[in-house]
Amino acid sequence: MAQGATAGSESFLRIERLTKRFGSFTALDSVDLEIRPREFVCFLGPSGCGKTTLLRAIAGLDAQSEGRIWQAGREISSLPPSERDFGIVFQSYALFPNLSVRDNVGYGLRSRGQGRAAIDARVGELLDLVGLPGSGAKYPSQLSGGQQQRVALARALATSPGLLLLDEPLSALDARVRARLRHEVRGLQRRLSITTIMVTHDQEEALTMADRIVVMNHGTIEQVGTPQEVYGRPATPFVADFVGTMNFLDGHVAAPGRVTLGGLSLACDTGALAQGQAVQACLRPEDLRVRGVDPGTPNAIQVSIAELEFLGAFVRATLEPAGGGPRMLGDFSSNLVRDQGLAPGQSLSVALPADRLVVYARS
Amino acid sequence: MAGGASPTRGAARLRPARDELVMRGLLVLLGAWLFVAVALPLWTLLSKSFHDFNGNFVGLANYARYVSTPSLLASFWNSLAIAVVTTAIVIPLAFVYAYALTRSCMRFKGLFQALALIPILAPSLLAAIALIYLFGNQGFLKSLLFGGTIYGATGIVVAQVFYCFPHALMILVTALSMADARLYEAASALGASRTRTFLTVTLPGAKYGVVSACFVVFTLVITDFGIAKVIGGRFNVLATDVYKQVVGQQNFEMGAVVGMVLLLPAVLAFVADRIVQRRQVAVLSARAVPLEPRPSAMRDWILFAYCAVVAGLLLTILVVAAWGSLIKFWPYNLSLTLANYAFDKFDASGWGAYFNSLQLAAWTAAIGTAVVFLGAYMVEKSRDFGAARGVVQLLAMLPLAVPGLVLGLAYIFFFNARWNPLGFLYATMGILVLNSVAHFYTVSHLTAATALKQLDAEFESVGASLKVPFWTTLWRVTIPVCSPAILDIFVYLFVNAMTTVSAVIFLYSTNSKLASIAVVNMDEAGFTAAAAAMAMTIVATSAAVKLLHLALGVLLERTTHSWRRRVK
Repeated sequence: MAQGATAGSESFLRIERLTKRFGSFTALDSVDLEIRPREFVCFLGPSGCGKTTLLRAIAGLDAQSEGRIWQAGREISSLPPSERDFGIVFQSYALFPNLSVRDNVGYGLRSRGQGRAAIDARVGELLDLVGLPGSGAKYPSQLSGGQQQRVALARALATSPGLLLLDEPLSALDARVRARLRHEVRGLQRRLSITTIMVTHDQEEALTMADRIVVMNHGTIEQVGTPQEVYGRPATPFVADFVGTMNFLDGHVAAPGRVTLGGLSLACDTGALAQGQAVQACLRPEDLRVRGVDPGTPNAIQVSIAELEFLGAFVRATLEPAGGGPRMLGDFSSNLVRDQGLAPGQSLSVALPADRLVVYARS
Repeated sequence: MAGGASPTRGAARLRPARDELVMRGLLVLLGAWLFVAVALPLWTLLSKSFHDFNGNFVGLANYARYVSTPSLLASFWNSLAIAVVTTAIVIPLAFVYAYALTRSCMRFKGLFQALALIPILAPSLLAAIALIYLFGNQGFLKSLLFGGTIYGATGIVVAQVFYCFPHALMILVTALSMADARLYEAASALGASRTRTFLTVTLPGAKYGVVSACFVVFTLVITDFGIAKVIGGRFNVLATDVYKQVVGQQNFEMGAVVGMVLLLPAVLAFVADRIVQRRQVAVLSARAVPLEPRPSAMRDWILFAYCAVVAGLLLTILVVAAWGSLIKFWPYNLSLTLANYAFDKFDASGWGAYFNSLQLAAWTAAIGTAVVFLGAYMVEKSRDFGAARGVVQLLAMLPLAVPGLVLGLAYIFFFNARWNPLGFLYATMGILVLNSVAHFYTVSHLTAATALKQLDAEFESVGASLKVPFWTTLWRVTIPVCSPAILDIFVYLFVNAMTTVSAVIFLYSTNSKLASIAVVNMDEAGFTAAAAAMAMTIVATSAAVKLLHLALGVLLERTTHSWRRRVK
């Protein structure tokens, strides 16, 4: 479901058939994408999927082999980075170690011929904005990782660029700081209404921060959609597997609206798939229902608990269908496990809700 | 909005920004400079060796004559033998010394390290002069040789050991200081004996350093001119042959052939070293735990004694030369005097030679540092200009494989050629500076490139995104951050230009005679004391520059430590 050309007048950044080859390796394969003004977009994918290559092509840091890019109505395909309009934060932050925080943030302002007072005022404003008031005299090495990240952000925003590019900006931080900064970066982006692209391999980061997520794999776009769409209706098995945890259950289409998976026969939306087509039916472990399931519930099956894995807030159960069929995972709240006294070896009834099942053709 | 559904064009190229164009221009300039300063002269030398006196192409005739002249061929084997013997002596000596500096808890490590570097501050022939004082025809330890003579192979080897020791030591110290404590813990947990640990952990870890040190020493010995000239006596080596053919017999064609022969072992050693180093994988991963040596009274005392003896010998050589320079008339009148420092009594150029050397060293250091650092910057930072970068990089590595004597010889042929518009440089200070910068280019280039590689690769990208030209980032960030490396390069060029003999022996004129050449000339004329005195002024100058370097380093550390701490 790669994104086709949509309402052109609305897009801020338009990418058309962008291809990047390194020798015989194709890092980006004819990618099309549109990004709307003021949007926060995440490029999500495993390492080597082309997300950073795409970002660097947008910045002009690495030229594409083919294809074109427009930003704010201007074609920028062949412009060098210095003639494009963006601010960028790298994974390493690339803060200048010998310059104070003030000089780092004001770096891009100095060459614009602004007076010292104007620059100082702007730097102070930016440091307030990123929550580091009064840190101007310090050097980067005297700051924590999270603080360095904010300085890099302030520096990128100093010249009021039209586009903010973030290349895995949070991945060098520890978990706690990372979670806090997610909110701050997102809040800042909303306040400034700046179109932002962030590259990440962390699905949780993409799900919590993005307006839309671009899931990439092997140099192509697998899906573009809101976090809810990407998580709830993954367009391809790759997306289903990469984002969140997913049960992949092999079987085939028995009839329109019905699949058989080993010994199980389940109702679900089979779309345009032909009868007899080999398929994978996908279900999130947390969508497996336990409460209020009786033999009359649609798609109810009898399973035995093979294993229970304690994961804090919830328990992940490995379930073995009683009538044969593929094993599956189910996430149950710790509460439920306690209430029902679930234990390995026990059998119980669960339901696979038809509206939560997604079916893909299997080759 | 532009475009719409227009067909995709062929391979898009970014229109180079002004910055990139400037960088490319500078890179091309640098390439052209290296081409003129290194490649073209060598080509002229090569071509000369295939021509006869009248400029007719004679193919390999000169080489055939070389091989069929027993006296010339003998020098080849002499050089090889000297180089092998010296390497075999220096490497174990330096290895134990380096081991003591890096792996023991003996006292005065800093002092021992400093003492071991003394020979670097002097022209190579200082050791030869000192040996003549000690063991020469009138040496007061001559009786220790039991009728043997110091002139010849023995003297050359001993002096070479002195001269090469610090070069080997520096490489071995680096190799031995990269150790992962976890390997030693594993070895001791597995019950390995000390010997076994040494053979299975220490030696393999330092293997590449040892190989590299061997090649460096071998090349240094083969290509050194000063020592063989002063103490070689009738024992001929390649380097002295070149000199004799060119300066003595004016046989330029044969000189070119010997030069090519001299180039051969140096190039082979260079290529072999490259191949071996390529196989080296990172010894030290980011997770390695640095090895902290633990005290062991006996080992520490034995190593202390060893270092004291070696450092003592190195110091003795220097002290003897210093003493010799202050004595009225060796060995008959041992009263002290400064008369030997009145150089105008011994050599027409007098103190002028010394000031010429200062001038050469200053120019070489100033121009060289600027060219080398900017050049390395362009090679590391320019984008999409792969072919030119590759050529420049290759040309930058070439000087390391070219002995100074060969480069000097190549310069005579090149700048003397009638067709060369640069001929006006011949016999000026300009050609000496050009030659020195080219000769010492590689090590300086590698120092600069290493420093630049340690910087975040995205500094320039950040600069571009903020629309700041690259020279601003170069000036405000790159140069300040690299200032210790820049200082290192400056001092390296200064000291080497001050002490070198072989690179400049063919190129000086009466107006641009250098201190190191004056040492050779005065020694040749029999004024050994004056030669020692001139050598000592060179040592004193190099030492002063080194001390200044240390002081500046401390100052730099103090003024920049606020941001250098914990810099990632």
